Amino acid sequence: MYQLTNLRHTYGTRTVLDLPTLAVREGEILALVGPSGAGKSTLLRLLNFLETPTSGIIHFAGQTINGAAPLALRRQVTTVFQRPVLRRASVRANVDYGLRLRGRHDDGRVDAMLEEVGLAALAKQSAQTLSGGEMQRVALARALVIEPRVLLLDEPTANLDPYNVGLIEEIIRGQNVRHGTTSVIVTHNVFQAKRLAHRVGLMLNGSLIELADTATFFSAPSDPRTAAFVRGEMVY
Amino acid sequence: MDEILRGLIEALRLIGAGDAELGEIVFLSLRVSGLALLISTLIGVPVGVALGLTRTRAHGLITAILYTGMGLPPVVVGLFVYLMLSRSGPFGLLGWLFTPSAMIAAQTIIALPLVMGLTMTAVRSVDPALRIQVRSLGATAVQEAWAVLVEARIGVVAAIVAAFGGIISEVGAVMLVGGNILGKTRVLTTAIVLNTRQGEFALAIALGVILLALAFAANVALLRLQGKT
Repeated sequence: MYQLTNLRHTYGTRTVLDLPTLAVREGEILALVGPSGAGKSTLLRLLNFLETPTSGIIHFAGQTINGAAPLALRRQVTTVFQRPVLRRASVRANVDYGLRLRGRHDDGRVDAMLEEVGLAALAKQSAQTLSGGEMQRVALARALVIEPRVLLLDEPTANLDPYNVGLIEEIIRGQNVRHGTTSVIVTHNVFQAKRLAHRVGLMLNGSLIELADTATFFSAPSDPRTAAFVRGEMVY
Repeated sequence: MDEILRGLIEALRLIGAGDAELGEIVFLSLRVSGLALLISTLIGVPVGVALGLTRTRAHGLITAILYTGMGLPPVVVGLFVYLMLSRSGPFGLLGWLFTPSAMIAAQTIIALPLVMGLTMTAVRSVDPALRIQVRSLGATAVQEAWAVLVEARIGVVAAIVAAFGGIISEVGAVMLVGGNILGKTRVLTTAIVLNTRQGEFALAIALGVILLALAFAANVALLRLQGKT
């Protein structure tokens, strides 16, 4: 789905991301773990074409992206952020938003999505009155209703209760199984990575230290820093 | 106190009697300030949104200029427009001086920085994460700007309300460029000044009450619009 080559991103003189190579396979769930400031969220912004890399090449869906990505490609990717930003409107209007941006109207799909995230009963309620977990489910429904080829998730369950964490993980997994949606999830929760991902990568200081299938990553990591991270030790 | 009471009674009498001259003054006040507000809104809101969404090196300078513009003394604006529209001025050929067009131009200059500056501030106060989120959902640049404007709508309506309040109640500019000509350029504020000077306090108070009522009604209408959007 993605092939990144010599990707480098800097803010001023500070290099926040330096990836010689990274491939994201179509239909996989890839988890990126690592401490804060490792470059995980920056990578997601580049994958969503929200920022243009300082240097390097992004191949996406068979096309090479130079500079700003065309709208048609941008619309194949979306992100669910850690903090859901919802519009001052009803739950339903928020979920419907991405479709309306595309000039599409599909009430049936919006209803189905609301049902899937367990918010059908709250459809007419103002989104601003929801709990944190409910808000994040609205954000997830809003992202999925547009049927993205790639779903990017930036710590989507941070600070949520176990019920909402379980529900959101189930929706992400279901979307991947039923629709083959490629997903890249950034998480601080290694157990979540273990539960959800096909492959897991450890990032440190803007670099990808190790990337392996989930079983190998957790049971036989090749890098000592990965082993330490998996054991719950501090790595820098 | 007697003067104020008589003024209030006179206001009710004038309104009740449907005085033609008063009607003309009220209509002209609303036409001049309404058109000035419309022009200011049509120019000021898009420019304010653009300024709110972009960060340039001149950001500080632009903000300082706008904030200065928000405090422009109406009489200075009137003087400037007068000089521009006078026979020897660059726009003298238009023949606008002492016509409602000159009053609309002056009030537009007063209202524009208010609409622009307060819209810019309202847009800047919108959570920056909203723009990223909307872009991530596949919004075009125009859709992104619209989304921010919708979120900033309370502040934008407040900007329009403030601008209307500023121009419907100003007297310096319309007096200078309009000339307070009965049946042609006399508006509520200039009529109040004239009647006060002539010692017709009751009539001046009556006109003041009507002006306040109009400003109140216009603000209520705009605030209702704010609620609906």
